[in-house]
Amino acid sequence: MAQGFRVLAVGVGGQGILLFSRVIGEAALLEGLPVAMSEVHGMAQRGGVVETSIVLGEVKSPYISPGEADVLVALEPVEALRALSRCRREATAILSIDPVVPQVVKDGLATYPELPPLLEKLRTVLPRVYLLSGEDLARKAGSAKALNVVLLGALAGSGTLPLAKEAFLEALRRVVKPAYLDLNLRAFDLGYQAVLSAQ
Amino acid sequence: MHPLLSAKEGERRLLLGNEAIVRGALEAGVRVGAAYPGTPSSEIGNHLFTLSRELPGLYFEFSINEKVAMEVAAAAAAAGLRSLTCMKHVGLNVAADPFLTLAYVGVKAGMVVVTADDPSCHSSQNEQDNRYYARLSGVPMLEPATPEEARAMTLYAFELSERLELPVLLRTTTRVSHARSVVTCGKLADYFRSEKGRFEKDPGRWIPVPAVARKRHRVLLERMREAEELANRSPWNRMEKRGPVGIAASGVSVNYVLDAVRELGLSDRVSLLLLGFTHPFPRRLAAEFLSGVERCLVVEELEPYLEEALKVVAAEEGLSTRILGKAEGYLPRYHEFHPGLVKEALARAAEIEYSPPETPDTSWIPELPPRPPTLCPGCPHRETYRVVKEVLRELGEEENTVYPTDIGCYTLGLLPPLKMADYLLCMGSSAGSACGFSVATDQRIVAFIGDSTFFHAGIPPLINALYQGHRFTLVVLDNDTTAMTGHQPVPSQELRPEPLKEKPVISIAKFCEGLGIPTVEINPYKKKEAAEAIRPLLSSGKLGVIVSKAPCVLYRAKFKG
Repeated sequence: MAQGFRVLAVGVGGQGILLFSRVIGEAALLEGLPVAMSEVHGMAQRGGVVETSIVLGEVKSPYISPGEADVLVALEPVEALRALSRCRREATAILSIDPVVPQVVKDGLATYPELPPLLEKLRTVLPRVYLLSGEDLARKAGSAKALNVVLLGALAGSGTLPLAKEAFLEALRRVVKPAYLDLNLRAFDLGYQAVLSAQ
Repeated sequence: MHPLLSAKEGERRLLLGNEAIVRGALEAGVRVGAAYPGTPSSEIGNHLFTLSRELPGLYFEFSINEKVAMEVAAAAAAAGLRSLTCMKHVGLNVAADPFLTLAYVGVKAGMVVVTADDPSCHSSQNEQDNRYYARLSGVPMLEPATPEEARAMTLYAFELSERLELPVLLRTTTRVSHARSVVTCGKLADYFRSEKGRFEKDPGRWIPVPAVARKRHRVLLERMREAEELANRSPWNRMEKRGPVGIAASGVSVNYVLDAVRELGLSDRVSLLLLGFTHPFPRRLAAEFLSGVERCLVVEELEPYLEEALKVVAAEEGLSTRILGKAEGYLPRYHEFHPGLVKEALARAAEIEYSPPETPDTSWIPELPPRPPTLCPGCPHRETYRVVKEVLRELGEEENTVYPTDIGCYTLGLLPPLKMADYLLCMGSSAGSACGFSVATDQRIVAFIGDSTFFHAGIPPLINALYQGHRFTLVVLDNDTTAMTGHQPVPSQELRPEPLKEKPVISIAKFCEGLGIPTVEINPYKKKEAAEAIRPLLSSGKLGVIVSKAPCVLYRAKFKG
C-alpha cells in the first residue's frame, strides 16, 4: 500500500463516473501525487457497464488486474458484485445501494438479484464496506444526478486515500461548472458525513 | 478559452492521451487537421474542431472518410503546412491507399498520422495491429506509453517528418488514448494569424507514374536507412542493463513491465529495452541489448511485431539469446494485457516463484444480469426498426429477410427483441454485402446504414447496386449527427451549430432520387404514415431507399442545452 493505491470505480453509463475519476485525478495533481487512470469511452457508454481504474503513487499501469484494487467504489450495487474479484482481500468497498435495472431485466430476459442478503454477505467478505443510500443523499443535496459526487465525498470520508479533504474540494471547484458547484459541494458533504457516521 | 490553449509553458495538466496529442500538435504548430471520427481516436478531432473555431491559424475538418482526410492532410503537407490526420485502427484500412503511396512521394512540411488501435475491441469490429502499416508502408512509427509521451512524441513526430520528408505514424492503443495522467505542457505555436502554404510543382516527385514511383521507392528505402539510424540513437528507445534476463516492450506495455519489475523485486536483476521509436526497428540497439542477456521476454499487445524483429536481429548477429514471447506461449496474441498477466509472464521468464494476488470469495455471487449497451430511451433508430419489422411481418417476410447492417449505434439492432442485424464487415458494408446477398440468395434483403456511414462508404455500393441491377431496400437512419463517436457533424445535418450554418445541407433523399432510385423519406415516430410510405418499397423488394429522418435524442438535448 505504501507504494501505491489502486482505486476501481464502476457504474453504469450516464452515472457520471468520468467526472468522479477526474476529480480524484485533479486532487492528486494538486497534492503532487503521481496519478494515472484509464477511462471507458464510446459504445460502452450506451447504458453499459463503465469502469475507471485510478492509480496513485508509484503505480504506472493505468489498469487494475484481479486481486489488485485497494478501494472499490460502485455507483451501482450489482456492478460492485461484478467487480469484486478485482479487489484485494483487504480492500475497502464503498457502494451506492440503489439499483439501476438493466434493460434486459425490464425486457424479462434476465433477473436482477435480491440485494439485501448479498450486501450482508459482502460485509463479511471485505473488512470495510460502506453502504450508502446514494440516491436519497443526492436528492437531499438537490439532484439525483449528484450521486457520483456523494460517492466521492464518501471516498474522501473513508480516509483510504492519501488525499486531503481540501484537495478533493478544490478539485471539485475546478472540475464542476460554477452553476452546479453548490449542489455538488452539498452532495460531497452528505457522502462524507454518511461514511463518518458509519465508522 | 479552450483548456488546451490556456495551459502555459511548464504547466502541469491532467490530460487524456488524445488531449495530449492535440496539445503536442499545437506546440508543433499544426496548421491543417482532417479526420473522420472513430473510437478511440475521436477526442483528437473533437478538440481540433473546437480549437479551429477559436484560432485563425488552424484549419480543421471532419472529412467524409479517412481516405479523404489523409489526402487533405497530405496535400497540406505537400504545400508546406504542418498537418495531422487521426483515425481509429480500421480507419487506416480506408486510408491505406493514399497512405502507402504518400510514403513514396513524401511531404514538405511535417505530417503526422495518428492511428488509435483498440486491443480487446472495446468499440471495434476487430483488433488489428496497425504497427504492420509502418512496416508495409516504410514510414517511421512512434508508440507512446503515456499521455506525457503522447504530447512529446507528437511534437517530435513533426520534426522527424520534416527531416525525413515522410509522414510519421503515431500509434496509440485504447489504454493510451483514453488514459489520463499528468502532462507538462510546452510552448504553444503562434495561431493568431492564418498562414497559407504554396505548392511547388515538381511532377518528377508528386506524380508517381511508374518511372517516378520506381525512383521514389529507392528514395524511401534510403530514408528508412536514415530513420533506422535515428531510431538507434533515439532518446525514445531506452536500454537499461542490469542482468541476464531481458525484457523488451513498447507502448502501454512499458507501464505494465515497470510495475511488474518493481513489484516482483527484480529491479536490480533485469535488463530493459523500452522502445518508443519502433519503426524502422532499431537493429543495432537491439543487437547490443540481446548480446548482453541470456533470454529476452517480449511484452507487446497483439501481434509479435517486436518479437519477430528481435528474432531477426538475433539470427543476423548469430546470437543464441532466447526470445520469449507469443510463439513460446508466454503472452497471448489476442486482447489487451493487464498488469497481472505481465507479472506472471515475467516471473516465468525470470524463473522465480509467483502466485497471483488472492481475490475475495465470490462463490456466493449469483449470476448477474448482463448490461449490454442498448439504444437509448426514445432513440429514433428503435422506432425505424419497429416500423420496418411490422411491415415485413404483414408481408410475411420478417423471418425470410436478411438484414445487412453497418457501423454505428444502430448495430445494436442485433439485440432482442429487434434482432434486425445479420451481417457486418465494416463501414459501408451494409450496401455492399446487400449486393452480394441479392445475387447469392432468393431472400428478401433490407439493409441498414447511418447518415454519416452512408456518406463515408455507402455511396459507391449503392451506385453499384443501381448499375448491376441488385435488389434490396436500403434504410438510411438519418439522425442528423455522427452519434456513436460523440455527435460530430454530417453533411445531411439540419440541426447544426451556428458556425456550420453557412455550409450546404446535402439531402440523402435528394441524392438517391437524383440517381433515379425509388426513395421515400419518413418520420419514424409517425408509425402509421411511415408504414404506408415504406410498404410499396418493401413489398416490391427491388432497389429502393428509405430515409428515416429524426435527430438523435442525445444530440437534440445537447444542442438545445
